[in-house]
Amino acid sequence: MFAHLNASQLQFLIDGALWTVVLSSIAMICGGMVGFVIALARVSPGAGLRRAAAVYIQVVQGTPLLVILFVTYFGLPTIGVTVSPLVSAGMSLTINVSAYLGEIWRGAIQSVPAPQWEAAECLALTRTQRMFRVVLPQAIRIATPPTVGFSVQVIKNTSLASVVGFVELARAGQIINNSIFQPFSVYLIIAAIYFCLCFPISRLSRRLERRRGFARALPELEVFAHE
Amino acid sequence: MNEFVRTDAARPDADAAAPASPIVTLHDVHKRFGATQVLNGVSFEVERGAVTVIIGRSGSGKSTALRCINRLEQIDRGEISVCGHRVDSPSVSLKALRLDVGIVFQQYNLFPHLTVEQNIMLAPRLARSVGKAEARELAHDVIARVGLADKAGHYPEQLSGGQQQRAAIARSLAMEPKVMLFDEVTSALDPQLTGEVLRVIESLAAGGMTMIMVTHEMGFARLVADQVLFMHQGRVWERGGPEIMRAPATAELQQFLESDL
Repeated sequence: MFAHLNASQLQFLIDGALWTVVLSSIAMICGGMVGFVIALARVSPGAGLRRAAAVYIQVVQGTPLLVILFVTYFGLPTIGVTVSPLVSAGMSLTINVSAYLGEIWRGAIQSVPAPQWEAAECLALTRTQRMFRVVLPQAIRIATPPTVGFSVQVIKNTSLASVVGFVELARAGQIINNSIFQPFSVYLIIAAIYFCLCFPISRLSRRLERRRGFARALPELEVFAHE
Repeated sequence: MNEFVRTDAARPDADAAAPASPIVTLHDVHKRFGATQVLNGVSFEVERGAVTVIIGRSGSGKSTALRCINRLEQIDRGEISVCGHRVDSPSVSLKALRLDVGIVFQQYNLFPHLTVEQNIMLAPRLARSVGKAEARELAHDVIARVGLADKAGHYPEQLSGGQQQRAAIARSLAMEPKVMLFDEVTSALDPQLTGEVLRVIESLAAGGMTMIMVTHEMGFARLVADQVLFMHQGRVWERGGPEIMRAPATAELQQFLESDL
C-alpha cells in the first residue's frame, strides 16, 4: 500500500513533522510567556489592567486562528511589514495560545484558596512575594495537567499554518499527495504521525492529573522552596 | 447601655507593674458587611503580656473584631491602635503592623508546597531579610517550642491537624510578633488534638506573650485568661477577669455559658 512512497518523500514528511514540532514549541514558549503576563494582568489589583487583559482574551478567543493567520500573513504586508510564513505562523499561534493559556492560568491562580493569600499577607509578605512564593508554586501544580493537555490542541492547530505556505506536516502531506496522488494512504500516514506526536502528551497530561498531591514530585517543588 | 464592665482587680500583677499603656486599644469600632452591622461600637484594651479571651455565639462579631486588629478587615468607624500603629488610618504601614502582629487561623493555612521548616523560614527571610542559616536556626528553635522537632522536613499534608496547627503557631512565632491573635484555632480539631495545641498556647502565655484569642474552649479560657470579653450583637457585652465565667453579671452571658454545657 505504501510501496509508492520513496525515501526522499518519506524524508520530506519527517522534515514536515519536525517543523510541526518546532512551530508547536515556538507557540507554547512564546504564547506561554505572553499568556503568563496576561494571566497576571487578569488578577492584578488594577481594574484597567484586568479589563484590558479580559478584552484581549475575548477578542482572540472569538477570532478563528485561520483569520489571525490571514491578518498577519496577508494583512501586515499592506502596511509595509512583510513576514515569512514561519514568522506569520509563529506570531499567529503565539497570539492564539496566549489568550487560552492566559485564561487557563488565571483560573489556576484564582483556584489557590484565598486564605493562602491571607496567611501570606499576615506574615508581612509583599504582594509580589505572596504571588511568586506562595500562590504561583501552588497554581503551577494546578495548571500543569490542563496546560499539557492544551499543548495537544496546539500541535493540531499548527496544521492551519499550511494556508500561509508554511511546510509543516499537513502541508508536506499535501505536496506529496500532489505528486503521487494517493490521498488515502498519504493522509493516513499524516494522521498516524500526528497521533504519535499527540498521544504521549495526552497520556502525560492524564498521568499528571492523577497525581496532584503536594508531597510527591518533590524535586520540582525544591525549585520554589529555595532560591 | 447593656454593657457591664468590671474593674481589672482580678489580675494579681496589675498593680505591681507600672501602669503601662495598653498594647492594643479598640475604641468604638463599627464594621458592617452589607446590611449586617457586625461590630457595633466595640471598645476594649489589652495590656502587654496579658491573655485576652473573646467568647460569644457565632455571629457575635468576635472573629471580625480579631481580624480588624491586623487589618484583614477595614473598619467603618472608630479607632484601633496596635503597638503604636493606628490601624484605622489609611496611611498605616501594613507591613510594619504585620511584623508586630501574628495570627493563627482555624484552618491552619500552612503553605502546602513547603515543608514545615520552609513554611517557617519563608517570612523571616523575605519580610525581615534574615539570612538563610539564621532563619534555619530560628525555625528549629520555634519547631522545638511547639514539639515538632521530628517533623521539620514533613509537608503539611503528612501531618495531623494538631501538628499542622502547631506548625502554624511556630510559623507565626518565628516572626517574633509582639501580639498574637488566635482565631478559633482548635475548632477544627478533635479533643485529643485540641489538648496538644492548647498546651502550646499555654506555654506561650506562661512565657509572657500578649495574646488575643477567640475560642469555644471555655475550660481553657478560665485557665489562661487574664481578661475575658463576652461579645454579643456586635458589642463587648460583658468584660472582666475569668471569674465572670463563674458569676456572669448579664443574663446573656449566663445563657451563653449554660448553652455551652
